[in-house]
Amino acid sequence: MRRHFICLILLLTVGNVSGARIGDLGETDIVAQAVRFFTFQDPAVRYALIGSMLLGISCGLLGSFIVVRKMALVGDALSHAVLPGVALGFLWNMTKDPVAILVGATLAGLLGAAVVTLIKQTTRLKEDAALGLVLASFFAVGICLVTIIQRLPTGNKSGIDKFLFGQAAALGADDVRLMAIVTAGAIAAIWIFYKEFLMTSFDAAFARVAGFPAQLIHYALMLLLAFAVVIALQAVGVVLVSAMLITPAAAAYLLTDRMSRMLWLAALFGMIAGAAGAFFSFLGPKLPTGPFMVLSATSVFALAFLFGPRHGVVVRWWRQHSRARRIQRENTLKSIYHVLEARDFQGEGVSLRELGERRRETIEEVKRQSLDLRGHGLVSLHEEGNVMFLTPTGWQLACSIVRNHRLWELYLTNAAQIAADHVHEDAEKIEHVLGEETVRQLEKRLAGITKDPHGKPIPTLADIRQGVGYTERPAETTGYGKR
Amino acid sequence: MADKIIAVEPNGTPLEIHDLTVAYHKKPVLWGIDLAVPPGKLVGIVGPNGAGKSTLIKAAMGLLPLNSGWVKIFGQPVRKALNRVGYMPQRESVDWDFPVSVMDVVLMGRYGHLGLIKRPRKIDREIARECLDKVKMLPFANRQISNLSGGQQQRVFLARALAQQSDLYFMDEPFAGVDAATESAIVTLLQELKNKGKTLMVVHHDLPTAREYFDMLLLLNMRVVAFGPTEQVFTPDLLQKTYGGKLTILSEVAEEVRQKGTS
Repeated sequence: MRRHFICLILLLTVGNVSGARIGDLGETDIVAQAVRFFTFQDPAVRYALIGSMLLGISCGLLGSFIVVRKMALVGDALSHAVLPGVALGFLWNMTKDPVAILVGATLAGLLGAAVVTLIKQTTRLKEDAALGLVLASFFAVGICLVTIIQRLPTGNKSGIDKFLFGQAAALGADDVRLMAIVTAGAIAAIWIFYKEFLMTSFDAAFARVAGFPAQLIHYALMLLLAFAVVIALQAVGVVLVSAMLITPAAAAYLLTDRMSRMLWLAALFGMIAGAAGAFFSFLGPKLPTGPFMVLSATSVFALAFLFGPRHGVVVRWWRQHSRARRIQRENTLKSIYHVLEARDFQGEGVSLRELGERRRETIEEVKRQSLDLRGHGLVSLHEEGNVMFLTPTGWQLACSIVRNHRLWELYLTNAAQIAADHVHEDAEKIEHVLGEETVRQLEKRLAGITKDPHGKPIPTLADIRQGVGYTERPAETTGYGKR
Repeated sequence: MADKIIAVEPNGTPLEIHDLTVAYHKKPVLWGIDLAVPPGKLVGIVGPNGAGKSTLIKAAMGLLPLNSGWVKIFGQPVRKALNRVGYMPQRESVDWDFPVSVMDVVLMGRYGHLGLIKRPRKIDREIARECLDKVKMLPFANRQISNLSGGQQQRVFLARALAQQSDLYFMDEPFAGVDAATESAIVTLLQELKNKGKTLMVVHHDLPTAREYFDMLLLLNMRVVAFGPTEQVFTPDLLQKTYGGKLTILSEVAEEVRQKGTS
């Protein structure tokens, strides 16, 4: 009876403390809140911000190793498995004592990991099934315990519910101190044992042969991971904390291919996401922090996914697009050459109508292509844009495309014994990708042959050079490539 | 790489295995292996699929728990002799999308010499560069490993093993998935190592080339069928014993052991 009374008193005090914190205040103007946030006058704001950034750093660092070790699911399972530990840590002395919760949560996490290993070793189940099983069952136990705590007298003011979705504003000085210690520990461990972590992550068997205790290093990493998860719990929440492990690290993974840079980037992204999450959840009353943090991290990931310089979707799309445009330009140039060739290179102007007939396209389509060609300095337009003249560069490019095409056709029929009527389609694609070096080899191999398998002359190097100095010649000169 | 001529000290056989039995999930894959490998030999380990070739070298390096028997390396228990052991695992054993450069991977060959905590020194980078040069991969030193072809990956792994500067090497299918040029380059390097007095245990699964590559052959099919100089061991009779279907009883019993247990 007396003990219950003490619990009640303690809970009331806790309730009072958290009641005084910023996140629990009533309706407040968003702008006023933003101003309060950025002036950093309020200690609660400082705790929330610093805490969120610290957890972002430690989650980003440990998450990087989780991602490269392909253990993202382990992080997810671990973060859910700690919930019963959090609840038990709370029940230990009925306060939100950070150290008791850290101990309880870490023990629960390690127990979860042990159960996964046990299931894997004693049954035929593979890791994913074992992880799913542990994740769900531990989480269920945790939810039950949390519900019980909330049913206790004034339990709903205990702040335990913050552990589900996270509330950065609920962080106190003790919490932030612990977060700083854990983050500093994680940074130090990774700094000192970078070589060992790197090697065992890449090739554990090789590390063992080189004399490193790979298993021990693995457990150390798991322990650090458990710590990172636990300190993040209060601000991010059990449900979403695994996203803070995986998302910043995954974004970093898309942007670099060196482990050290990935660690820096992941820590930075985690920190940014943490700060942004703390800020947004601060704007309104009683907004959970976790979802905002995770959404901020996801935005970073989306940016990396779309605009990453090497693997970004937009960059890849743009590369493909400009390649398609280039091929189209080259094909139009080729058609102009064909028109000129068909009239034995008499006259240099090619009208849009001629080109349209040749390409079986409308005047409008051909017009658009002519403008594109002019934009790249390959043709000049005359007579209100109805007649095109190849510029020297345009002529050279047209000749070399036709040359590539015909050389390749010749090569296929001569050297690869492919029938003459099969080679055109293939050459249509190859002509755009043949490099200088390959063309030289083809020339060497096919030296002395001047006509393609269909009997058309292959433009010679002399033909190509003829384009140079075109601008100095009077416009009425005719006979490019005329033999 | 410093040219240590005959690095093998007189303190014993490079590799000695006695009555070694190894099981996976209680199913024995190696039975009563006895082996004593003399120094300065290039040894090929051949046998059909599932003969336990990889298992043998992994067990010899202490990567797998032994059901019975012991392994000694240069007369010492494996754990104490690891600093003289080099390893080239199968190419598929790692994730080639891992964010490291070719140089980073080869430097890992030096980690064993550094021990815990210490960072690679200038000399280690120098050695790594030399090893990369030997396998003709120096121009790729700063590439990320995912951009490499199969043969190039194999060369990188070989360079890492070279960087270990060990006296006894275990190599798991170093010729798997490589082009002809890489294969002959690797063979030349293995010969060089042997001429320096190193001992090499190489898992190999191509019989015709096994004959020309190796000084000694270990014919393996769950137990040692034969071990000796290539010209003595590479006989139709012994090969038939290794690859032929005469081992059905052994594998059936292994399956029974798995189901019922021995104790």
